[in-house]
Parts: sequence; structure tokens; C-alpha cells
Amino acid sequence: MSFAQPTHFAFDDSSEAEIAKILAKYPEAKKASGVIPLLYVVQRQMGRSTGSAWVPKVAMDVIAERLGMAPIRVYEVATFYFMFNMKPIGRHHLQLCGTTPCMLRGSDDVMRACHDAAHVQVGQTSADGLFTLTEVECLGACVNAPVLQVDDDYFEDLDYDRTVALIEALKRGEKPTPGSSIGRQTSAPEGGPLTLIDVAGGE
Amino acid sequence: MAKVTVDGIEVEVPNGATVLQACEAAGKEIPRFCYHERLSVAGNCRMCLVEVEKAPKPVASCAYPVADGMVVKTDSPVVRNARRGVMEFLLINHPLDCPICDQGGECDLQDQAVGYGMDHSRYREAKRAVKDKYVGPLIKTIMTRCIQCTRCVRFAAEVAGVPELGATGRGESMEIGTYVEKALTTELSGNLIDICPVGALTSRPYAFVARPWELRKTESIDVQDATGTNIRIDTRGPEVLRILPRINEDVNEEWMADRGRFSFDGLKRKRLDRPWIRVNGGLRQASWPEAFAAIAGKLKGMRGERIGAIAGDLVEAESLFALKALMAKLGSENLDCRTDGAAIDVTRPDFYRFNTTIAGIEEADALLIIGSNPRTEAPVINARIRKRWVAGRFPVGRIGPAGIDLTYGHEHLGEGPEAIRALLDGSHPFMEVLKTAKRPMVLLGRGALMRADGLAVLAAAWEVARQADALREDWHGFNLLHLFGGQVGALALGFLPGAGGQDIGQMLGGGADALWLLGADGVDPATIPAGTFVIYQGHHGDRIAGHADVILPGAAYTEKDGTWLNTEGRVQRGHLAVYPPGEAREDWRIIRAASEALGATLPFDSLAALRDAMALEQGLERRFAADATGPAGDPAAMSGAAFVLPLANYHQADVIARASDVMAQCAATYAAPVPVAAE
Repeated sequence: MSFAQPTHFAFDDSSEAEIAKILAKYPEAKKASGVIPLLYVVQRQMGRSTGSAWVPKVAMDVIAERLGMAPIRVYEVATFYFMFNMKPIGRHHLQLCGTTPCMLRGSDDVMRACHDAAHVQVGQTSADGLFTLTEVECLGACVNAPVLQVDDDYFEDLDYDRTVALIEALKRGEKPTPGSSIGRQTSAPEGGPLTLIDVAGGE
Repeated sequence: MAKVTVDGIEVEVPNGATVLQACEAAGKEIPRFCYHERLSVAGNCRMCLVEVEKAPKPVASCAYPVADGMVVKTDSPVVRNARRGVMEFLLINHPLDCPICDQGGECDLQDQAVGYGMDHSRYREAKRAVKDKYVGPLIKTIMTRCIQCTRCVRFAAEVAGVPELGATGRGESMEIGTYVEKALTTELSGNLIDICPVGALTSRPYAFVARPWELRKTESIDVQDATGTNIRIDTRGPEVLRILPRINEDVNEEWMADRGRFSFDGLKRKRLDRPWIRVNGGLRQASWPEAFAAIAGKLKGMRGERIGAIAGDLVEAESLFALKALMAKLGSENLDCRTDGAAIDVTRPDFYRFNTTIAGIEEADALLIIGSNPRTEAPVINARIRKRWVAGRFPVGRIGPAGIDLTYGHEHLGEGPEAIRALLDGSHPFMEVLKTAKRPMVLLGRGALMRADGLAVLAAAWEVARQADALREDWHGFNLLHLFGGQVGALALGFLPGAGGQDIGQMLGGGADALWLLGADGVDPATIPAGTFVIYQGHHGDRIAGHADVILPGAAYTEKDGTWLNTEGRVQRGHLAVYPPGEAREDWRIIRAASEALGATLPFDSLAALRDAMALEQGLERRFAADATGPAGDPAAMSGAAFVLPLANYHQADVIARASDVMAQCAATYAAPVPVAAE
């Protein structure tokens, strides 16, 4: 591991508020069930406080102590799910779906746009520390393929130009609107409704 | 009970048993990797597939419960094909490096691949490789060989009680390890080597040393703690190459503690391999006749009451018996075996034994530990206590130093005798726990008796057991946990001051002009008065040997046929695995030969004759407390001093371990090493 692990971690106030809500869902004896939500709490807090949403080892120890479980049991869970970043990442985590529907609909162009605009290769973090690019398997939004997940939000129906625009907006510190980039309403057909149009008005 | 037909054989097994158990009841061997009868069921290796009638596909028999009328086939074409498929998958990522693997010849995967493996591989892609992990100085890991059965993970979490191993990552990147590099903090780590079905976890000291078929296997008893673990000593030529546990359900199940398993390299270092005598203030090598002549020259004509004998902690019953007989012939009653100064009442055997028995721990339903840390004093017994605790409803209280992790939950009642007093006068609620328990246990550590008020502590612990109604005709809940394999044998044979005899304190206080130290490595040389003629008979040149006037080189436990009593009082025999080095001889023979030189010839010429005279029946008859009268000693006489644990350093607690390089590495890894006397 070529990065430094912090030596200290403590939950901040807003994390503590979240944890209280999470642990209220489980009986005291089964509070170890809260390990996955707590790992998310850690990752989000790291994102807030350091600009890099990842889970340091010391934070897993803090979770283990909070939930009364052996640290190794937390390590097992955290390393099993790739949603938890075990090493520091960029400010924004670009997760590009490359599975068949997205690939057929042009995820290769989106990938190229990421290379060109964010200056980042798969599995790496850009030199400016803004972007980490990961190629992932199906994100479950095939109907609006191709899909790029930026942090917690989906950006859909992308092509090369719109991806570049999205990344430029992120660079400027804007908060682009998630969802379809071509104005599609959720996952409705492209360009508006296609069926039942001859019975308009519901007669 | 459920009736199950296995390959046409009808067997009856209890409801809730697994198909695998039913198959074993029918005498059918089921191949397996992840299943282990003493661990929880994982069901992830899939090697134990069998065909069950009406089931749509083969089932993993280890995790499938039986049902009445079930028909199981263990050797059908479907089963064989399924297992072949499993084996092919297991071998995909397993390096075929058997020629350089230490598990070779005793490897489950190797054996089962003979039965179910293909003669060639259809796999053309790259194999995965896994970085080796560091888990301590005793276990060597070659993690590429791991088939991820998770036996080690389950052993660490369930039996050893140290949940430090885990499976991190997933899919092809799943790895077994500690994630953060650290040595496993358990005294039972050697068992990981035994339960690993492949060569992923092997013994570091035994790495590249031998193949199993080259070894001569001798059954013996581990004497380095008082558990009496049944062991197998593997030797090649004159060398002990490794020590493994044998199965004995009543004692060690199939586990073994690390000190007994790994300290045998100490048998090759600092050994006394020829007699020495002191001439003009310096020790010089001598022959046996010279050594005996030197002894005879001093002892002949000396009054019996000026001669004393002190026995050490690892000595077997035969030589204790012989030395006691010799002392009687010389007219001496000055015998003692308590080099640690423990106050022990031997008027009744149950005052100094582990009366509940080790297997009996599983019947107990409450436990009070006084002045002991069973985790380091008897790791295998501690694992049995943990097993009982895991089964549930087993409150454990402990009196002794704070901050000790026993690997199971317990209530810390106090640090010293005041906590026993609080139990006795009923002011501490844990007494109520003991009283309401049906089969309460009191476990008193020998360390709690190594103090001036030891007898009072003994009596107080007995009184707690009596008040808790643990001393009944159908239950004996009083237990003394000894530290080493020779201690109970010496007590049982009465290697103690006879009528008018002196104890160790009096002998060292100027009451003896000559001392015969039989493996008495626990005696502090500084306490021996100047001018005392010291005969040291033992196997290691530890701190005491340098102060002797005559050194008689004896045999270590691997080098003699001997009888040892464990803390329960169980009489067990070990056999000679290798001959003692050089001029060293079996200890009873040395004493027999010396008796002739002293003109007090002992009446046994063979081991058989000696054993006939000694009359120790092998085995253990479990006794209950017919008599609740306590040992001598007044509970009120207890001082206020807190209990101190006797073993400061688990890995270097005895003379063999102190000579061991492996144990020195362990001590450096796990604890601050004790300063060794500069002799």
C-alpha cells in the first residue's frame, strides 16, 4: 500500500446523528448488522472532511469497537463490497458501466471522453486529484444506457460531448443535475410517449 | 432417531444429524476439506457431495440434515462425477508444487486428488497467486495453496477464541489472512497447521525438514504443562523433528499447546551429555564411575537426616519413585517436589487434583477461577472451558490480576483474597451464582498457593466449593490446576517430607549438607547455602546445573519410557522416542546405578520391576467428593496481598522451552523476554 493510513478517526456530529438512526433499526444484540451502513457513514464523512471518500483501516477499527465485533469481521465485509474504497480516491468517483447494453450504446465514447476531459485512466486518479475512474459491471440502468455514475448520482444517455460537458461542469465545482442528459423523463421512451397516444385524454 | 439407507446399508442416526454423519455411521468415507467435526459447518468446499434420492441435484452432505427414510448414495456415477468436477475446480488455482510442499504425503488434497482428480488439466489460463501472510513465528504460510476452506478462520474464532483470521476480498481476490499484518495471539496456533487440509499453513520450524514417511512415530505425553496432552513424537534417527497431538477425548480432544509442540528444538541445545564433577572449584568432565565415586565419597557416612532430595517439575514417576526409595535406604526423610514453594495439602488426593476432570468441564454450569490464567497455564484446558462457555449459560468469575483476556467472557471479582472473603461471607453476588448452579466448579491455580498464606488460600477455595455445594457424592467441583507434567506425579508418590523430614525451605536453610536435585531447575542457585554438596541430575544445563558439585546427565521426556500424571491425576505413559545424547541415561537407571555405588542397592533391575513396585494404575478413575472436610489451613489467615500469576512468560516457562530458539523467537514476538541469569 503506497498511501498513508490515518492514525486517528472519530465520527463527527452529523455522522453520529446518522449512526443513531441506523442503530435504532437493530436490536442491541444484533447491532453488528449495522456494519454496512456504518461503513457508508465513514466513507461519506471521509468525503466531506478530506475530499476523498474512502474507508481507512482505523475507521474500521472504530466501527468494530462501536458494534462490538472483531475488527477482522469488519475488514471482511469492507473488502468484499467494491462500493467501499479501501484506498484514497479523487474528489469525484466516476464509475462507468461497460456491460453489454451500455457498451452497445456507446460506453466506449464515454470512456474516451473521461480520458480526454478528466485526464484519467481506469483504476487511476487524475493528477489534479479530482477524478478516479473505475469501470464497473451493470449498474442496472440499461434502459438509459450508457450510464456514468458520479459519486452517488447516475448520469444517463451520455455521449462523448455531453460527458465532456459533464466533466467540465464538475471541474468548475458545479453540481450538474443527475438523470438523463437528453431530457428523457426517468426511463420513459426517448422523445416522449410512444404508446396509447391515439387514446389521448383517456376516452 | 431417523432411519437412513446409505448405499443399501440401513443406519439409525439422531434427528438433526447430517447426511455426512449418517454416511460415517454406515462406514462410508466421505471426502471433505472444509468440514471438521469440532468446528462449525461451512459447507463451502463441496467435496462431500452425495446423491440423495428425490433431491434434484447432489447435496453437500456435511450441511444437509437427515430425514427419516432418506436414501443416500455415496458412490454412484453422479456422485463421482460431481466430486471430480469439484476437484477440478479446486485444482484450478492450486499450484501443483507437491514436490516442494511440506504437506506432501499427509495432504488431504493430494490424497483426494488421487481418488477424484484428472490425470491432466484442462485449464489453460493464468493461475492466481496470493501473497504469503505473516501470522507469527510458528506458522509458515504459502497462501497460493489455500483452497479457502476457512477451517483456520473457524478454528481461530471458535476454538482458540481469537477472531483474528478472516477472508478478505471476494471472488478470485479472496484471501485468508489477518488483513493487518500481525502474529496470531493464541497459545494454540500450532493446531492451525493440523487442521489446514492443504499446505497453506505449515510448521515454520519443520519447513523442508522431512517427509512423513521418513519419520518414526512414538506415542508419548506432553509434560510441558499439566494438561497431559497425548502426543506423537516424530523422529528420524537421533533427532526429534516434530511433535503432534494425538486424539484423546478425555484430555486434549485433538488440540495441543504451542509450548509443548514447538519447543523440542530445546532438546538439542544446552544439553548435559556427560557427567561432570567439581574439582578444585571448577567443573570437569568425568566418567560415570568417577561421578558415582564422587557421590559415594561424600554421602557414605553422612547422616541420613543431613541428606536431602528435591525434584523438579518435569520428572516422571519412575525416577521419583527410585530416588524416594534411595533416600529411604540412606535414612533420609528430606524430600520435596515443590520448588515453586506452593503450599499443597496431600493428605487426600482430591486436595491437589483437577477433580471435575477436563471432560467434566463440559458438564459444569458455573466456574470460579482463583489466582490462575488457564489460557497460559493450560491452553488446552482453557479451550475446553471456552467450549463450555460457547455452549451458553456458563457464568465465569475470576479472582486475580485485572485485564486478562481468557478468550471468553468473565466477571472480574477482585485481585486478591479479599474477593474470596467477600464470596465466603456472601457479600458478593457471584456466590449466589455458584450456589444456584447445579454443578459449580472452583478452579484454583497453583500460582495462588505459591505464597506464605498458600494453605489458607487452599482452605478458603475449598470452603467456597463446599458452600457452593460443589462437593457432593455425584459431583466434585474443586480443582487445582498445576503447571507442569511432573508435579502431580511427585505429589501422588509422596515426594514430600516424611515423618520428621525437612521441606525445601528447611533443606535450603542449612538443614542439609548434601542435596540431590532431580531435574529441580526451579531452585534458585542463590538460595543454596555455600558448602552444600549439590548433585544435579537433569537434562539441561540451566541456571542450577552450574552450581552443582556432581552433574548426572539425565534424559528429557522424549528420551525415556515414563509415567506422568496430569493435573487430573490421570496416569499416562510416554515412550522412548530417541536415545538420550552422549553419556546421558534414563534417570531411574542413574539412580539405580548410584544406589549400588552408595551401598544401598535398590531392589529393581528393570523398568518392569520398578513399575510393579510403584503400582500406579494407568488411566483415571473419576472420583466424587464423598468427604467435604477441607484441607488443613485457616481461611481467616489469608493476607491481603493480591494474587500474582506464576508464568510471566508463557513461551519460556520451563527448562526445555528456555533452551529453545523457536520459543525465544516467540517470546520476542509476544512478550518482553525474561532476563536470563548470566551463567
